[in-house]
Amino acid sequence: MKVRVHVSLKPGVLDPQGRAVHHALEGLGFAGVSDVRIGRLIELEVDDSVTDEQIDQMCRQLLANMVIENYRFERA
Amino acid sequence: MAFRSAVITFPGSNCDRDMAVALSEISGTEALRVWHGDAELPERLDFIALPGGFSYGDYLRSGAMAARSPIMRAVVEAAGRGVPVLAVCNGFQVVTEAGLLPGALMRNAGQHFICRTVPLKVENSQSLFTAGYEAGEEIHIPIAHADGNYFADEATLDRLEGEGRVAFRYAEPVNGSARDIAGVLNEAGNVLGMMPHPERAIEAAHGGSDGRRLFESAIRGLVEA
Repeated sequence: MKVRVHVSLKPGVLDPQGRAVHHALEGLGFAGVSDVRIGRLIELEVDDSVTDEQIDQMCRQLLANMVIENYRFERA
Repeated sequence: MAFRSAVITFPGSNCDRDMAVALSEISGTEALRVWHGDAELPERLDFIALPGGFSYGDYLRSGAMAARSPIMRAVVEAAGRGVPVLAVCNGFQVVTEAGLLPGALMRNAGQHFICRTVPLKVENSQSLFTAGYEAGEEIHIPIAHADGNYFADEATLDRLEGEGRVAFRYAEPVNGSARDIAGVLNEAGNVLGMMPHPERAIEAAHGGSDGRRLFESAIRGLVEA
């Protein structure tokens, strides 16, 4: 079974990469974009026996840095 | 009594030799070298150094993989017993990821890798690592990093400042760090994390020797203790 973990910066944490990409989009002529924030998608292939609680622990202990990032996950 | 120090090498560390040379030359005793996959540290260590570099190619986040390597369990345990830990550059990223120091090191605000000597203000001259400096003194130490932008929430920053745990501050804006913080101490004062490289400034041939006093004061403090 596939699990998709989405890791994103917490609101309020400055995202220099997002800002640079935002500027680049503007440079390409795309109007109407007010903000860009870059996150990370991690796909896990797991046994059906792996619980949500275990995935939660994976996120907290390694996949996300809880100081600066939030995460959510879904089973595909 | 001989000074026993160890430098931890992770795959991708690249300042481990410089760190070992600094510790060996200044203490007069060869620094021990420890591999990340080792589960145990050498016995009776006086000092542990986590060097700069790009451990695990900065996979996931800078320092994230190294922080979960076998040797880090032993380093966290030793730090808890009061063994001094100097964590420089990637080492700083590793100890924040390992939870030994609060906060996180994010991409530099300007996106660029910055490699130059920067002025630092010594904020705390009372710690083991900074006793050789005067409070408020300006020193010059090289930096070389892409992810040196120190972040912590406001409450944490206030606590660090209130407890005198900001060891060094950039004397000018460098990488977007919150309150220009360049180095922080843990609550007990035995763990120092800093982005600048004191081991790259220990003799005149390096272009400056302001980093030397950090090692001298730590070694003196420990040998006399």
